[in-house]
Amino acid sequence: MTFCGATTGIEPPLALLAELTHRCPLRCAYCSNPLALDPASRELDTAVWRRVLDEAADLGIIQVHFSGGEPTARKDLEALVAHATGAGLYANLITSAVLLDRARLERLRDAGLQHVQIGFQDTVPAKAEIISGFPGGQPKKLEVARAVTDAGMALTVNAIVQRHNIDRVDDFIDMALELKAGRIEIANVQYYGWALKNRAALMPTHEQLIRMDERVRARLPELTGRLVVDYVVPDYYAKRPKACMGGWGRKFLNVTPSGSVLPCHAAETIPGMTFDRVTERPLADIWANSAAFQRYRGTDWMPQPCRSCDQREIDWGGCRCQALALTGSADNTDPVCELSEHHGLLAGITATDGGTAEVPLTYRSFSL
Amino acid sequence: MTGALGEEDRVRLAPGVMLRQDRVRNHWQLLGPERVLILDEVALEVVRAATAQPPVTVGAAIGALATQFDAPRDEIAADVLEVLADMIAKGFLTR
Ligand code: SF4
Ligand code: SF4
Repeated sequence: MTFCGATTGIEPPLALLAELTHRCPLRCAYCSNPLALDPASRELDTAVWRRVLDEAADLGIIQVHFSGGEPTARKDLEALVAHATGAGLYANLITSAVLLDRARLERLRDAGLQHVQIGFQDTVPAKAEIISGFPGGQPKKLEVARAVTDAGMALTVNAIVQRHNIDRVDDFIDMALELKAGRIEIANVQYYGWALKNRAALMPTHEQLIRMDERVRARLPELTGRLVVDYVVPDYYAKRPKACMGGWGRKFLNVTPSGSVLPCHAAETIPGMTFDRVTERPLADIWANSAAFQRYRGTDWMPQPCRSCDQREIDWGGCRCQALALTGSADNTDPVCELSEHHGLLAGITATDGGTAEVPLTYRSFSL
Repeated sequence: MTGALGEEDRVRLAPGVMLRQDRVRNHWQLLGPERVLILDEVALEVVRAATAQPPVTVGAAIGALATQFDAPRDEIAADVLEVLADMIAKGFLTR
């Protein structure tokens, strides 16, 4: 079965984000999971996930990211990692680490896991707890991080940056070096899901961002060959948008805990979308033909100024979910673009929400 | 870990890096965390020679490649060192 390549002109995807569960012991205020979480009773079972992994490999997917929620809350994670590896996929684990220990990590490595990415809320334990709503997380994360490299797997420190920790970006880099991480992702919070609810409590000031940017750039030369730094300037202060997901329906697909296939993990926020489910349609067919993927794929959907812009096949008009959240319609140019008629909105939001004040957090509601 | 890569050094795949044949796209690639490096025929042989088992020095790998491609050793040495240094900088190989 082939729906891709010569028959349709659509390139095969590179990566699958497999959201195994929305369950998570943490309650991060910046969580990008939807406000309406899938309950455990609606999660796909092991057999369906195995089939999805096979279909993903056949479709040309190279990497699978086991994510969530907290993917280690699933007891069949080892079995799924082994199945993915057996199908020729490169297996990544995106985790908060708090449910892991050395023995399970070794089992996951033996199943073929290559890379573990651990999210860190801060370098100062007490401050990390305020953001995650989870006591005792930091020592556990550090212990698990050490066990990852001891077990011979690649480690990424995912530093989730917002106003309360942005001034410690140097400490995050030092922590990654100390943990022998091969990679650090300096991830400025993206305002979707729970994070959007908490924007006024999280968004940093322009001055903070400029300071962080200077610090990161100053460190880069000494880190070459030691630590890969993936770092993106946060959208709200940028002049041109990012090619969200590398372009809608071009590189990634996302399967939710209950089996919906999304072009990006926030796509469910867009009204009028219908998503196909892995239980109802083969993945290759969904990738090539599903309405959700076709809606914003390529350039045909674009309004002005994108339609006649020479950047249209570089940034693909930016992020649909951001256009929706800020302008009220996902069909608009991402307002991060300075050519957008709505670009002025950003200055308003950064002026009201960007700051350093302590604003009460709304914690992600949780069920385990 | 510091200084330019030399012929006496040894390199290996960095943790979490794997060499893989992509049958859908019909090429070989190095895969690492969030990264893919597509290898042409020459780069593939350089990676194979430099990460051979049991481990060899970069100098020995250059010697093997010179024989394999029937090329003068002096002509390819600098190119091989450059390719390997670049893969180290990108985190695919480590010393
Ligand atoms: S609550 Fe925190 S750790 Fe859990 S899924 Fe959300 S961001 Fe990740
Ligand atoms: S107008 Fe559209 S295509 Fe051009 S830079 Fe802005 S977002 Fe990108």
